[in-house]
Amino acid sequence: MEKRVVFRSSWLPYLLVAPQIAITVVFFFWPAFQAIHWSFLIQDAFGNSSQFVWFQNFQDLIRDEAYLDSFKVTAVFSTLVTFIGLAVALVLAVAADKVIKGAMAYKTLLIWPYAVASAVAGVLFAFLFAPSVGIVSFALRAMGVDWNWVLRGDQAMLLVVIASVWKQISYNFLFFLAGLQSIPKSLIEAAAIDGATPVRRFWTIVFPLLSPTTFFLLVVNIVHAFFDTFGVIDATTQGGPAGATQILVYKVYYDGVKAADLGSSSAQSVILMVIVIALTVVQFRFIERKVQY
Amino acid sequence: MAEIRIQGVRKSYTKGTWVIHGVDVSIGDGEFIVIVGPSGCGKSTLLRMIAGLETITAGEISIGGKIVNDVEPKDRNIAMVFQNYALYPHMSVYDNMSYGLRIRGFSKADIETRVQRAAKILELGPFLARKPRELSGGQRQRVAMGRAIVREPAAFLFDEPLSNLDAKLRVQMRLEIQKLHRELGTTSIFVTHDQVEAMTLANRMIVMNAGVVEQVGAPMAVYDAPASLFVAGFIGSPAMNFLPGSVRDGRVDVGGGHLIALPRPLLEHAPAQVTVGIRPEHLVACAEGDDAFTFPVETIEALGADSMVHGKVGATPLVARVEGHAAPAIGSTARFALMPERLHFFDTVTGKRLAA
Amino acid sequence: MVENRPVLVFLRHAVLLAGVACVAFPLWVTFVASTLTLEQILTVPMPLVPGDQFWANYSQVLTAGSTRGAAAPVGQMMANSLVMALAIALGKIAISLVSAFAIVYFRFPLRNFFFWMIFVTLMLPVEVRIIPTFKVVSDLGILNSYLGLTLPLIASATATFLFRQFFMTIPDELAEAARIDGAGPMRFFWDVVVPLSKTSMAALFVIQFIYGWNQYLWPLLITTDESMYTVVIGIKRMIVGGDALTEWNLVMATAMLALLPPAAVVILMQKWFVKGLVETEK
Repeated sequence: MEKRVVFRSSWLPYLLVAPQIAITVVFFFWPAFQAIHWSFLIQDAFGNSSQFVWFQNFQDLIRDEAYLDSFKVTAVFSTLVTFIGLAVALVLAVAADKVIKGAMAYKTLLIWPYAVASAVAGVLFAFLFAPSVGIVSFALRAMGVDWNWVLRGDQAMLLVVIASVWKQISYNFLFFLAGLQSIPKSLIEAAAIDGATPVRRFWTIVFPLLSPTTFFLLVVNIVHAFFDTFGVIDATTQGGPAGATQILVYKVYYDGVKAADLGSSSAQSVILMVIVIALTVVQFRFIERKVQY
Repeated sequence: MAEIRIQGVRKSYTKGTWVIHGVDVSIGDGEFIVIVGPSGCGKSTLLRMIAGLETITAGEISIGGKIVNDVEPKDRNIAMVFQNYALYPHMSVYDNMSYGLRIRGFSKADIETRVQRAAKILELGPFLARKPRELSGGQRQRVAMGRAIVREPAAFLFDEPLSNLDAKLRVQMRLEIQKLHRELGTTSIFVTHDQVEAMTLANRMIVMNAGVVEQVGAPMAVYDAPASLFVAGFIGSPAMNFLPGSVRDGRVDVGGGHLIALPRPLLEHAPAQVTVGIRPEHLVACAEGDDAFTFPVETIEALGADSMVHGKVGATPLVARVEGHAAPAIGSTARFALMPERLHFFDTVTGKRLAA
Repeated sequence: MVENRPVLVFLRHAVLLAGVACVAFPLWVTFVASTLTLEQILTVPMPLVPGDQFWANYSQVLTAGSTRGAAAPVGQMMANSLVMALAIALGKIAISLVSAFAIVYFRFPLRNFFFWMIFVTLMLPVEVRIIPTFKVVSDLGILNSYLGLTLPLIASATATFLFRQFFMTIPDELAEAARIDGAGPMRFFWDVVVPLSKTSMAALFVIQFIYGWNQYLWPLLITTDESMYTVVIGIKRMIVGGDALTEWNLVMATAMLALLPPAAVVILMQKWFVKGLVETEK
């Protein structure tokens, strides 16, 4: 896409892009190159001298049990957040799609969690599920569940998944609802005349037609689970207990800031960048393809 | 195949406002019925009530002798062709056509035969593996019809199926639908706002306006004796000329010094205000002397085969249709004779056709 | 309407009500806890109806902060959050608007290169370049400052794309007419482009305000001075570890204060919010 009409000036366009480019260079490109550079260095304990070690940081990571665990944790975490988040939102969107009375009210009441910061969501759920004082913990204990996420890894995982899903549902819901409402009504009517029951209609017509939305949300939710959940984790489990909820982003932060292991943390950053780039490429390839429908 | 009866059917979305004011029609087995009217007249709503896509507020609809008010669309044994075709975009042509059969549990072989037969009738054979987006408008239209045909339903419902096609294709598809109906003989209800489609396709047509059925009848019968001013103006192109006037001494004074005699049988019940309807094609050019009707020519529209002569009688605009080369010069006086048996008389107040 | 059976209608409402309840439950508990004394919360289970400590808790946190954790007043933190959110939202809109204008309405060497530079930033979320970015900010001497809080987050590929996309829909004839009328590029920018972009700006503002208000990792890194804490950081700092030690009533009051402004923006500007969400993700 190009404009037919353009203005001519030898200096004005540079002036106009300058602020954006300056900030991009100083705060995006320079740090990214630094991260790559540092990922090839090992610093001594006092940070006074450093040594160029090629890929040793990466090799160490591949051999590091804790890092591999963190990968696994991230995989489990993002899978759960993505699938539960999408499933719940889809059910709600399907219910809301056909509702006539109160549609606007439901929508309003379902979208506000988007506005809640991850860290605040984390605090809310940490309180609800607090082992000794939390009201949900109380209910769980009353039902005979031995609830203590401070000690139990699987429960800690469940907690951060619930908090992250809660925050992401509104986003998924809005996109699913928009997707559903863009399916022509006559298609559903044609299927009804063809004899399809509501359930069958959903799986053979609606769900396939919704697939561009679903795929888009899949990528967005994975990215969300990878990066935006830092606040949830830091406000609740802080990666614990014993690394059970230490997702990759949290480990980058922990190793770099708390443990001050610059080389390893930078190498992890580089790996994360590769993952983001891969996800972005997938997303854009798909958006190009989806235009066909 | 079946007959469809519509009795006292009414529809309202909000209490107290009716979009359909009570329709009574019965449609014979194998008949091709066209419901025609301007947009918003309720014709699509009526069709959707027959299909089961809209609830019926009051009255009864029966298909093949069975009341279907509370029957789901899928159990009414009807097939529908939608205005935008409503083809499933993610399915091939074959899958689109066979979807309803698969749901109803037909055998693979049976489905294959039916789809192939429909594909042959509609010349869709080479496209069965394609997706709808790879087809032209006319081909999509055929697929939509194919999807209806394979089901062999009791009735076809068409909801303005030709309005998304260009003019040439529309004529072609009109002929094909006619041919199809001759071959299959399935009861069909066809909704359109295009009076040409209605005239050419219908065995009988239902003319609707503002939620009311104005007239039901065979196309030529409606053309020859429109029941109301609305029908008279809607059916026929260019539209009928209306000359309103008041009745004096058994004649209607339509202005400009023109008096048109009321036929003897109408005299007795004639109201004070009468509108005379004259179709443009029923004004006959004539020589000086035996002319009944003269007016100065304002504009000529030459269409080739015909020319339209525009002028005014009193304050009322008037159009006459003459043979292409027979148009008088602009500014000259046009002379026309009236064909008394081709005149229409309506009560100006009620809009109804005057009857003896 | 196909199959509008009462059972289905009922089921739909039931599902939605359950959804609304699940979404709202944490908020309700938070609100209730913010009106109780710590002792009331610590009696398990805590009550589920509001208590009478509303003013006590809220005035305590707004003016003085917690007593056991961070002691900075939340009022100050909220002001910091507001400055940060506004600066990021307005800053992003401003620099994206002009750079998109340059990229769409001019042909100049390096134009594509700049476009791709901006595009690539999509792939570099702050989380993956935390430490080097921290070092840059530290070298520039803007730790613990509004500049440090906002500047690194102001560059935005999504906003630039959104405006670029929108500018492409402005008819060429408008620019031609402006040129015939003798308007230069900046005149055209102010008189035509900016007024036409108002809805896009509003939509973007809502999204970016929430983004800015809810930042966590970045302020966590660069604010060590309590007077520079944002409210989201402040809450976290009030939790001192150990269920019973934390002053949950004050934490929950702060949580309410932290989530109300962005939630109000979403609900009051719902139309812009939905538009912004859908458009920035295209």
